[in-house]
Amino acid sequence: MTINATFIGQILVFAILLWFIYKFVTPALSQALNERQKKIADGLAAAEKGQKDLAEAQSRAEGVIKEARDRANQIIDQANRRSNEIVDAAKGTAQHEGERIVTTARTEAATEANRARDTLRREVGSLVAAGTSRLLEREVDAKTHADLLDKLAAEIGRG
Amino acid sequence: MAAEHGIEETPTAYIVHHLKHLQVGEGFWTWHVDTLFMSTLLAIVTALFLYAGARKASAGVPSRFVSFIEMIYEFVDGQVADVYHGNRAFLVAVALSLFTWIIAMNAMDLIPLDAPGYIAALFGAEYWRVLPTADLNGTIAMAIVILFLIIGAAIRAKGLKGYAHEWITAPFGGNPLLWIPNFALNVVELLAKPVSLSMRLFGNMYAGELLFMLIALLGMAAALSLGGSLLFLGQLIAGAAWAIFHVLIILLQAYIFMVLPIVYIAMAEEHH
Repeated sequence: MTINATFIGQILVFAILLWFIYKFVTPALSQALNERQKKIADGLAAAEKGQKDLAEAQSRAEGVIKEARDRANQIIDQANRRSNEIVDAAKGTAQHEGERIVTTARTEAATEANRARDTLRREVGSLVAAGTSRLLEREVDAKTHADLLDKLAAEIGRG
Repeated sequence: MAAEHGIEETPTAYIVHHLKHLQVGEGFWTWHVDTLFMSTLLAIVTALFLYAGARKASAGVPSRFVSFIEMIYEFVDGQVADVYHGNRAFLVAVALSLFTWIIAMNAMDLIPLDAPGYIAALFGAEYWRVLPTADLNGTIAMAIVILFLIIGAAIRAKGLKGYAHEWITAPFGGNPLLWIPNFALNVVELLAKPVSLSMRLFGNMYAGELLFMLIALLGMAAALSLGGSLLFLGQLIAGAAWAIFHVLIILLQAYIFMVLPIVYIAMAEEHH
C-alpha cells in the first residue's frame, strides 16, 4: 500500500469517466424518464377523461332513448285519441245525415199527402157539385154556394 | 503459476507474488500499470454500458436492457434526491459514475485468482493485480476528486470569503483566540472525509482479495501432498462461500462510496 504517481492517472481516468457520464448518460436518461412520466400521466388523464365521456354519453343516450319512448307513447296516445275523435265525428255525421234524410222524406211524404188530399177534395167538391146540380136539375152557382161546397169537401176529406 | 516465473512455491511467496503490482518508474514516479490498465478498461466498459442504455432510452416502451439501465439510474437518482435538495444533475452523474465504476472494479475480485495473472503472463507481464480498488492509489484518486468537489460546492454556496470565514470561525466561534483551534479542527474534518472514504474501500477490497488468496492456499496444499486432498474440497466450499458473501461487500462498498460523497457535498453547502 504505497502511494505513488498512479493516483494521478487514476484521477484523470475518473475525471474523464465523470465528464462522459455527465455529458452523455445522465441527461439522456433523465430526459427520457421525465418524458415517459409525462406521457404516462397524460395517458392516465386521457383514459380518465375517456371514461367520463363514455359515462356521459351513456347517460345522454339513455336520456335520448327515454325521451324518444315518451314521445312515441305520446304520439300513439294522440293517434288513438284522434282516431276515436274521427270515428265519433263520423258517427255523429252519419246520424245527422240519417235524421235529415228521414225528416226530408217525412216532410215530402206529408206534402205529397196534403197535395193528394187537396186534389181529392177538389175533385170530390166538383163531383159533389156536379152531382148536386144534376139532382137539382139546375146549375149550382159555384160562387154562391162555395162556402157550402167547401164545408162539404172538408167533411169528405175528413171522412 | 508462480513456478512459471521460477519463484519458490511456498505460501508466503505465493501471497507476496499476488500482492505485487506490475510497475514502471522509480520512487514517487512509479506507475502501477495493472491498476491503470484495469481501471481504464473498466471505466470504458462502464461508460459504454451506460451509454448504450442512455442512447436507446426514450419515452416509449423500454427494452429489458434499457429498463435495467434506467433502474440503476433511478436508484442512484433517488439516493441523491433523498440527501440533496437542489439541482442535482451533476451530483447524480458523480454518484452514478462512482457506483457503477466501483462495482465493475470490485467485481474483478470474483475472477478466479490466478486467471488474470495467467493471461497477463501470456503478454509477458510478471505481476498482475486485477483489482484497482485494492490499490490505495485507485481509491484515493476518487477521494481526492470528491475532496475538490466538496470544496468547490462549499465555495459555490458561500462564496470564497464566506468559506474562508467559516474556516476560522466555525465551529467554536469568532473569537480571535479560537481561530487556530477552529482551523485545526476544520483541517481534520475536511481531510477525514477522503481518507475514510478511500481507506474503507481499500481495506475491504484488500482484505477480501487476501482472503481469496488464503483460501487458494488450501488448494495449493492439496496439490502438494496426497493426504491433503480433502483440503481441495475445503477450498471449493470456502471459496464459494466467500465469493457469495463477497458479492454483498462489492455492492455495499460501492453503495457507501456513492452515498457518502453526496452527503459530504450536501453538508458542505449548508451554512454553519
